[in-house]
Amino acid sequence: MSAILQGAGAATSLSPFNSIDSNKLVPPSRSSLSVRSKRYIVAESNVIKSFGSGLITRRSKPLIANAVATKRENAASSTSSKPGHELLLFEALQEGLEEEMDRDPHVCVMGEDVGHYGGSYKVTKGLADKFGDLRVLDTPICENAFTGMGIGAAMTGLRPVIEGMNMGFLLLAFNQISNNCGMLHYTSGGQFTIPVVIRGPGGVGRQLGAEHSQRLESYFQSIPGIQMVACSTPYNAKGLMKAAIRSENPVILFEHVLLYNLKESIPDEEYICNLEEAEMVRPGEHITILTYSRMRYHVMQAAKTLVNKGYDPEVIDIRSLKPFDLYTIGNSVKKTHRVLIVEECMRTGGIGASLTAAINENFHDYLDAPVMCLSSQDVPTPYAGTLEEWTVVQPAQIVTAVEHLCQ
Amino acid sequence: MALSRLSSRSTAISRPFSSAFSRFLSTDTTPITIETSLPFTAHLCDTPSRSVESSSQELLTFFRTMALMRRMEIAADSLYKAKLIRGFCHLYDGQEAVAIGMEAAITKKDAIITAYRDHCIFLGRGGSLHEVFSELMGRQAGCSKGKGGSMHFYKKDSGFYGGHGIVGAQVPLGVGIAFAQKYSKDEAVTFVMYGDGAANQGQLFEALNMAALWDLPAILVCENNHYGMGTAEWRAAKSPSYYKRGDYVPGLKVDGMDAFAVKQACKFAKDHALEKGPILLEMDTYRYHGHSMSDPGSTYRTRDEISGVRQERDPIERIKKLVLAHDIATEKELKDMEKEIRKEVDDAIAKAKDCPMPEPSELFTNVYVKGFGTESFGPDRKEVKAALP
Repeated sequence: MSAILQGAGAATSLSPFNSIDSNKLVPPSRSSLSVRSKRYIVAESNVIKSFGSGLITRRSKPLIANAVATKRENAASSTSSKPGHELLLFEALQEGLEEEMDRDPHVCVMGEDVGHYGGSYKVTKGLADKFGDLRVLDTPICENAFTGMGIGAAMTGLRPVIEGMNMGFLLLAFNQISNNCGMLHYTSGGQFTIPVVIRGPGGVGRQLGAEHSQRLESYFQSIPGIQMVACSTPYNAKGLMKAAIRSENPVILFEHVLLYNLKESIPDEEYICNLEEAEMVRPGEHITILTYSRMRYHVMQAAKTLVNKGYDPEVIDIRSLKPFDLYTIGNSVKKTHRVLIVEECMRTGGIGASLTAAINENFHDYLDAPVMCLSSQDVPTPYAGTLEEWTVVQPAQIVTAVEHLCQ
Repeated sequence: MALSRLSSRSTAISRPFSSAFSRFLSTDTTPITIETSLPFTAHLCDTPSRSVESSSQELLTFFRTMALMRRMEIAADSLYKAKLIRGFCHLYDGQEAVAIGMEAAITKKDAIITAYRDHCIFLGRGGSLHEVFSELMGRQAGCSKGKGGSMHFYKKDSGFYGGHGIVGAQVPLGVGIAFAQKYSKDEAVTFVMYGDGAANQGQLFEALNMAALWDLPAILVCENNHYGMGTAEWRAAKSPSYYKRGDYVPGLKVDGMDAFAVKQACKFAKDHALEKGPILLEMDTYRYHGHSMSDPGSTYRTRDEISGVRQERDPIERIKKLVLAHDIATEKELKDMEKEIRKEVDDAIAKAKDCPMPEPSELFTNVYVKGFGTESFGPDRKEVKAALP
């Protein structure tokens, strides 16, 4: 699990990115609903200087949420003594969701078994008891209709968080996501905003079968008007969940079935991760490895082997699948001149394919070798364990690819 | 310049008539009781009374607005043939009574959502002719800034949610709006409109199930004009009694060519929805034009059928007969009103024709909303590659 700690340590130099008055972000609320205003910190993953200098850089004026009130005696000391709290990724998602629901009464959840059952992956556990059955809505099995319902509610100003029990089920709601969710802001000439969050677990799990192991990011990536983010650690899961809820745009948050039980220590204070930014996991000099979601851990495992062999890979978790953070990626390419993309999408038409095209288009002059992309095989995910292992990219393949590129 | 001279001349001509009408339009609200032409048919609920309360003011308003809608659609027909309107153009003439009756029964706080046959409903919700024609011709002054087109009219401030190209998809959206109304305790309802063709979409039944489960104030209105583009209703639906297809949801069948029947049914439905949950309305109506401008409308039905309906059930003729029968206006006054409307529509078209096309930069606006104050520059941080949030 050192991979996780490494990831957590590298990405936690926070500076208040934009202290915006949160009132400005809230849509005009009806008189019966009002939002508590709180200031918040937007976390920027900037690792150039303070690699291990602690979790939060505090400003002189109080920006903070409830947790600090009990720790007033530590205010004088440096922030590196802030303890944070440890939790699993699904708990981090739940915490982010709960904080947003506390803050803004327009936020509601809808999906299958999110209420009384607590969510099939426990992300919404306890929320129905706290907020009621209407706010945490158990829907029947009708993805097309309840996604449409969430979008219709968003047109009036609510901020639904729509859960697909498995991302693959959202294929049934493709029409709603593409035509209504993505396009209504444009076709109405800006009259309606659709502040929905569509989230759910996807990706290849442990022998779940072909239909439950889908990677929908490749299908949704060309829909104009939506944003896509993929979380990979408890820290960025909570941050991205909060940012997605606060964003006025429809955001699709991709979680991974196998990452729900990752444990990490996250800050007590309120923070948000920037939706359009990539995360620098491990700075390096020789090669840029771009990855996201579960493949980040395969890459970090391969990185250990590579470091032992004398290579210095720079690992970036792109996090933002639409739009790509070409700024961070570009700076990295300009430094290392070699790119390897490791993704879980299929080879054909995946995120890696688009990223390869984007890098070639923008940074062709900086490349010393062709961009290499390792993706899953273009096959339905088989049930048999050994076969399933070989549909996704394994650390050994990553090591070989890096060695090949760095010749 | 010639245009302004023309318009000033036209106002000079129309002034005596408009002042004559304003006498009728503004003052006379003595109640008149009108009987609907046909009885209502109910499924799992009571039928509302056939006697509808109205007034001369309302009668004249109905006539004027319906004539305006009719004129607007016919003008859109000519504009399409002149290639000023492109793409798909679905016209509503023949079905005006549904739009008018519904508006008369509700407020702007209630929401309406429909599919692509939305020009007249937009007008009924408070849209202006200028916005309609500008949007149809793709100009800047259109209600969706020219970026939506005929099938994407929206008016947020008066609760008109569109305007949707994929039929059936607006039904879950409408149920979502009803959900939000219940969530925020608005005491308002949503009228979710669809056609006999879209009535066979699965998502409609999914949405209806949810609406019934949670008692959402959604009223599903099937505008049954008997043809789903070229397919007659009996060829597409095993059960063409659309008002019964809600099964456990009550339904009402209404003569959609009678504006007062529509008004009565919508009032009844609103009261029902606020108290007990969803209800289905089937409006038995008819469209004179084909499905859209690319469809002549005569390959799947006879011209005799179309002219038969026009003679016997035309909604504007019905109101006209009522107006004349109750001595609210004379034949000549109504004719002059129609002339004035024609002029109004022509002026709106001329004004819209003068309107500029959207700026090229508008291609990238309204794709995303700016939030968090961050902008995404290209890799060199100097050039803004797209207007991202």
